[in-house]
Amino acid sequence: MAITAPVEDLGYTPSTKGVWSWLTTVDHKRIGLMYGVSALVFFVVGGLEALMIRTQLASADSTILTADAYNQLFTMHGITMVFAVIMPVAAAFQNYMIPLQIGARDVAFPRLNAFSFWLFLFAVIMLSSSFFLGGSPDGAWVGYANLSTEVTEFVRMDYYAIGVQLLGIASIGSSANFIATIFTMRAPGMTMMKMPVFTWMTVVTSFLLILSLPVIAVGLWQMFFDRNFGTVFYEAQAAGDPLLWQHLFWIFGHPEVYVLILPAMGIVSETLPVFSRKPLFGYQFVVFSGIAIGFLGFGVWAHHMFTAGMGPVAEAGFGLATMLIAVPTGVKIFNWIGTMWGGKLTLNTPMLFSIGFIAMFIIGGLSGVTHAAVPADTQQHDSYYVVAHFHYVLFGGSVFGFMAGAYYWFPKWTGKILSETLGKWHFWLMFIGFNLTFGPMHILGLNGMPRRTYRYPEGFGWEFWNGMATIGAFTIAFSILLFIINIVKSTRSGTEVGPDPWDARTLEWMAASPPAIHNFDQVPIVRHLDEWWHRKYGVDEEGRAVPLPEGYSEEPAFVPETGGIHMPSPSYYPMIAAAGLVAMGAGLVFWSSGFLGVGILVVGVAIAFWGLVGWAAEPITREAH
Amino acid sequence: MLVVLVLALLLAACATSDLPQSSLNPKSAEAQQIDELWRLVLYLAIAVFVVVEAALVIAIFWFRKRKDDDKPEPKQTHGNTALEITWSIIPALILVVIAVPTLQTLFDLASPPEGNFVRVNVTGHQWWWEFEYPDILDANGRPLTTANELHLPVGVTTELKMTSADVIHSFWVPPLAGKRDVVPGHFTFIKITPDVSRAGEAIPGQCAEFCWLSHADMRTLVFLDTEADFQAWADRQLQPATIPTDGPAASGFEIFTAICSTCHQAFIAAPEGPEVFGEAIAPDLTHFGSRTTLGARVLDNTTEHLTQWIDNPESVKPMAPELNNFDTGRILGMPDYGLDAEEIAELVALLEGWK
Amino acid sequence: MSVTSEHVFEEADFEATGDPVHRTRKTAMWIFLGSEAFFFGAMISTFLLYRNSTNGGPGAELFNIPFTSASSFILLMSSVTMVLADNSFRKRDQRQGRIWLIGTAALGLTFLAGQIFEFTEFYEHGLTLETSPFGSSFYMLTGFHGAHVAGGVLMLSLLIAFSMRGKLSPDHGMNVELTALYWHFVDIVWIVIFTVVYLLQI
Repeated sequence: MAITAPVEDLGYTPSTKGVWSWLTTVDHKRIGLMYGVSALVFFVVGGLEALMIRTQLASADSTILTADAYNQLFTMHGITMVFAVIMPVAAAFQNYMIPLQIGARDVAFPRLNAFSFWLFLFAVIMLSSSFFLGGSPDGAWVGYANLSTEVTEFVRMDYYAIGVQLLGIASIGSSANFIATIFTMRAPGMTMMKMPVFTWMTVVTSFLLILSLPVIAVGLWQMFFDRNFGTVFYEAQAAGDPLLWQHLFWIFGHPEVYVLILPAMGIVSETLPVFSRKPLFGYQFVVFSGIAIGFLGFGVWAHHMFTAGMGPVAEAGFGLATMLIAVPTGVKIFNWIGTMWGGKLTLNTPMLFSIGFIAMFIIGGLSGVTHAAVPADTQQHDSYYVVAHFHYVLFGGSVFGFMAGAYYWFPKWTGKILSETLGKWHFWLMFIGFNLTFGPMHILGLNGMPRRTYRYPEGFGWEFWNGMATIGAFTIAFSILLFIINIVKSTRSGTEVGPDPWDARTLEWMAASPPAIHNFDQVPIVRHLDEWWHRKYGVDEEGRAVPLPEGYSEEPAFVPETGGIHMPSPSYYPMIAAAGLVAMGAGLVFWSSGFLGVGILVVGVAIAFWGLVGWAAEPITREAH
Repeated sequence: MLVVLVLALLLAACATSDLPQSSLNPKSAEAQQIDELWRLVLYLAIAVFVVVEAALVIAIFWFRKRKDDDKPEPKQTHGNTALEITWSIIPALILVVIAVPTLQTLFDLASPPEGNFVRVNVTGHQWWWEFEYPDILDANGRPLTTANELHLPVGVTTELKMTSADVIHSFWVPPLAGKRDVVPGHFTFIKITPDVSRAGEAIPGQCAEFCWLSHADMRTLVFLDTEADFQAWADRQLQPATIPTDGPAASGFEIFTAICSTCHQAFIAAPEGPEVFGEAIAPDLTHFGSRTTLGARVLDNTTEHLTQWIDNPESVKPMAPELNNFDTGRILGMPDYGLDAEEIAELVALLEGWK
Repeated sequence: MSVTSEHVFEEADFEATGDPVHRTRKTAMWIFLGSEAFFFGAMISTFLLYRNSTNGGPGAELFNIPFTSASSFILLMSSVTMVLADNSFRKRDQRQGRIWLIGTAALGLTFLAGQIFEFTEFYEHGLTLETSPFGSSFYMLTGFHGAHVAGGVLMLSLLIAFSMRGKLSPDHGMNVELTALYWHFVDIVWIVIFTVVYLLQI
């Protein structure tokens, strides 16, 4: 029942052909696709970094990589996966789907949206180019002071300080955009408690980012100033305190991990009902637990610092807070199982990944609870046990959730379906490979193997499981190859499907596949949670779903269109402003090189100024609403 | 099937391990306390795991769509408040069961030791461990100082008081205690009461906070001695090293005073009386010959390895001595001084003689 | 618009009520200011940690409270002129609005001049970025605040320029009301800094 009524007047229709149309696009769908493709590329980059790490660690006393190369590899692996993969994949889904899910025609600030994307892309390119231009960051993704401020002969950690700073600005822009969009641009009748869970999780993650990124911004500026301007924020010899960095980092870092998992939880909260043919069990509980996680997430940061010597009172407080946050995080699992219970389950690829998400997140969540037992954590922290924990929640959790989302929404983006055969091979190989890689790491950690070590000696019993983990890693790599092949093949010649191939529940499935630039010819009026489902199905006396009679609808079903639909015009200023900002960043990275750095900085300022003023002065086409 | 595999992994893990650096192999009262807490949490976690994964697996199999399915659509259940409240409270109660022993163990391990206890001052350096016993003094009042290899008496509590000379490290000997970071500008503490039954064992440990190039190679070895053996070791350690008068070791001493003492120190039986010679930037070498390992337990202390270490230090562990800065105190490794084979042999003879 | 599912929708519901675009922009500005609040909060926390870490160098005894009170007063006055500017633009009096905008910018620049003078004085008495954690955190906090004031002056200049070219309308992106929100926020941050750093010497 897709909307196919003709549109009277579309106003200015931007060209959709050619590279320039992509560079100047402000269409949330195109921006979403660009985020997704970029993230996939960096997933491969981060994966190759991981494979090199695993190759080195497959045997004891390995000499394949030097310590220096290894340190850069594991640092970049962490930075790449967090900032260049998981966050942009979430952004891809959020960008593409949020307006469609709430019945809007674009986000609140389309040019800011484009700016955030280009800033992200140019910043990660700059960060990645560090390998060829001065050396990559090598202080671990957490960049602990005062190691990160100790060696200023290399610019490696300046790339880190500036690169992460720029990425933070991009995310703050996106987050403000999503909050403004979701708060003010929902279709008529869509109250907050009728929004899809994925949209709700986007609200929570946006608030988490808005409030946590500025804190690490301060920490990063302090690191940069210590390295380049002689300040002594983290200089113990001058009465500075290296622990200040840890606090600032983790006040950002802990909410950040919820930013990394909540979107995937939102996706799974959508796919499970569709493929169980039942509503989400306990929608309100799921939403409120997401909000609770958002609040509580700001109160547990020092559980990353249980061995830092904060004293037993602080450690006890944060330990208890960490146990508390396990409750809202964990009960969602029961809600998801409750959704499946009594349903009619279609075990296709998106559903397999959703179920895999639940199964793996249980393990990662439970190992997290073992961390909350503070004295036990003093054996687990900084060992392979914690590496196992966070890969179970970030890979087994977030990545599996994103795979579910990819298989689920691919038909909406392309009008074609991904191959089920390849999909199932992808799932099973990834599932087996993932568990083979990270399951044994629990054992390695408990048996005393620390993390961030470029080699380990014989005789400690670590060789066997390290070898197994390496085999698992290559298995994962092969499964990702299958995924990429699936995407390419299906985009070219996949089976074509209509707008609602899954008989789904939320508004995006009312739009065409792929949607027109204006998303909906007519904006639907919302009277229910899972509004689309309720336009197709009622319930019988036993509460079972029954199809509604043909032509039945609650009137008025759509907002009457009074004029033409005006979409925002494309613009090149966001890209220019982003380029200027990144050039400024590059200038700062090379500040210690004298004229080179200052020169690049000045050029960057000029370009940024051109971009920002042009953007401000640009005549505003009426924003879509 | 996969559930069984995972369970097998878990059970393999929770079995006691006799691996040398395993935390599942507690050899002190404190490590034992941690292990008991860990086992409680682990068993509860496994129980939750089995129940929840089983529910998931049952749901998948029971409610999957069959091929020739003509059953009606499922009931559109929106939730069940009573159930949801119940399954929020039960995990909360389980957490209370974990919280109580957690807090007890936490405060117990954090409390200062009572009665007589041995004190050791630990200083982390890039990339070696400095140990000083402030209560074990020689005739001149100088405390026992050594590096990388620690001796502790069994059955008695030792308190490590720790800090760092440069960046953050972490002291971790899993069979003896949980780790604790060593932070410049701060003091942190670990209590260790080794089991009496473990006398004679040497327990390995290593740095657990990334500290750059040789983080993986900043290791330690803890010797658990009977009280008598500990006393004997301490008495020997307090003796000054003799200055050799002839043979290659005598030439080695010349090299030591000219080059090595720029960073290293030794407590020497000089003609005028015992004195400390050299700098405390690098490990104390007074009794280097009696240490079983070198380079912070990267290699066994043999003639061949010692030769390699002096000849080409960066072939043993990665360092960056070209970045050493004596003004700021940033020391990042032992340089290669380009000594020839004969000079190295002389130094080796000297150091091997300093037992 | 907030409606319940029992609401019966009619044509009247879809007539423009207020300006949804403006509401969206205001939401975004408040979100941004929330972010900025945490940015300054983290710097103030750092300063509080280090307020006594003078590392043998000078500390709060260098402060000249009367002088800083005067420049704080000037910044406060700039918020008054900002309110007057906003009012004028609401009443569609662009010319009067521009005058108040210029006044606001001038007061802001005066404040900045006062800051720079203060910093050069402290510098000469031995308090630099490098002297101590106190010095580092003091200059970073007040420096970033000054940068925000400068950014605000830039925005005011753009508003003045657009207004002179007749491009400033209630529909325009560069918005007097939103700029006023930002300006007041920066002023409030200064009040907190002045109180915590200068007045409350704990």
